[in-house]
Amino acid sequence: MATKVSMNGVSIYYGGFKAVDGVSMEIQPRTVTAFIGPSGCGKSTVLRSLNRMHEVVRGGRVEGEIQLDGVNLYAPEVDPVAVRRTVGMVFQRPNPFPTMSILDNVVAGLRLNGVKDKATLTARAEASLRAANLWEEVKDRLDKPGAGLSGGQQQRLCIARAIAVEPQVLLMDEPCSALDPISTLAIEDLISELKREYTIVIVTHNMQQAARVSDRTAFFNLKATGQPGRLVEYDSTHTIFNTPAERATEDYISGRFG
Amino acid sequence: MTTSQRNITASDAGGGAVHAIQGTLIQGAVTTAIAVPLGILTAIYLVEYGRGPLARGISFMVDVLSGVPSIVAALFVYAVWVTTFGFQRVGFAVCLALVLLMIPVVVRSTEEMLKLVPNDLREGALALGIPRWVTITRVVLPTALSGIVTGVLLGLARVMGETAPLLILGPYTKSISTNLFSGYMPTLPTMINQDRTELGLATAVERMWATALTLILLVLLLNLCGRLVARKARV
Repeated sequence: MATKVSMNGVSIYYGGFKAVDGVSMEIQPRTVTAFIGPSGCGKSTVLRSLNRMHEVVRGGRVEGEIQLDGVNLYAPEVDPVAVRRTVGMVFQRPNPFPTMSILDNVVAGLRLNGVKDKATLTARAEASLRAANLWEEVKDRLDKPGAGLSGGQQQRLCIARAIAVEPQVLLMDEPCSALDPISTLAIEDLISELKREYTIVIVTHNMQQAARVSDRTAFFNLKATGQPGRLVEYDSTHTIFNTPAERATEDYISGRFG
Repeated sequence: MTTSQRNITASDAGGGAVHAIQGTLIQGAVTTAIAVPLGILTAIYLVEYGRGPLARGISFMVDVLSGVPSIVAALFVYAVWVTTFGFQRVGFAVCLALVLLMIPVVVRSTEEMLKLVPNDLREGALALGIPRWVTITRVVLPTALSGIVTGVLLGLARVMGETAPLLILGPYTKSISTNLFSGYMPTLPTMINQDRTELGLATAVERMWATALTLILLVLLLNLCGRLVARKARV
């Protein structure tokens, strides 16, 4: 299921503006990789480039190569829609579809891509909700609207929705920043379980969170305001938080700036 | 409600308005059937796809169209339908003029409602590997549905009470006529106007006010229906 992601000299532009400059890194399967760095340093942009979501913003384009198990995501014959089925994403704010029930939300990715068989959908919904640690809480009200859940439950619903299409890689863009500590803990536990099956990349502003959940950490920074963001250091989380090679990394994680 | 004004002269009491109610409903329905798809598709294009000169041009034309006085729209259709093509003045020509008046209302209100749909939802759907047009039809449109229905009803309410195109393109008759493509077609506004020309007669005055009330109730009823539909859709 899980695959390796490798980036080679990736620069990302929005129109004429270069947002990220020359990122090269390898993300190992079945690990959690955390992207940390100050606001505007391009970590979310890099994350979005991994499933071509940055193209949704007008003028977004990528130079360099991003490969998923050796397949170039940006080859001309590759359909961005297919990429997004392989590389799922969870967003900062929980965004369940307001017109759909809990069940319909979970299977939205399947149903709207043409899966009609009821038994398949129900089975997949239960499996995904169980995997997202939400099944026990919602099994009696699957036909109720998804928007009626609490914030933390909604976010786990969104995770269930993302894994229901069986992606290889799961991207999370600050998945806990809109949640309270208890819900955050629930999501972090969930991340640790999910990494057995998925390659997970998480963007976070919370350094304790990066230290808690991730195996490897990438630190992004800007050279100066208005300059493109770049990858400063990428190593095991233990190394980044204890003996970083770069001065900037040490300053950032020890709270001296950012 | 069950009889028409056939064989009833202005000084007689009695007779019904069924011919005019039918005419108004038929024309309203046909107008809606043409204007709503056009208007919603235009709004989807403008909000979800439209970039560059074409979108700006369309947006500008919609603005222009929404400022066109109804009688000018009627004259335009008259010029095309009767003068250029040589067709008769029939109910369908009225519908065409009403379509011109309804489209900008539908486009503008739908546009506003689509813009209110949070981008998070579009991104959420796209990130599941759902193609763009499915995202629009299955996620964005249902979310905006109640607002769109309200907009359509506002447009319809405006169009149903419209009189100028009816006077120019669809003269009144006292008999039931449900054929959009041949003969005159009676409607509530033109019926009001007909009785207004007979103001000296008490029966005509009473009939005029009764017709006006009927028209208002009809529009009110439509609005209530729309609200109910919108509420159901939201859950």
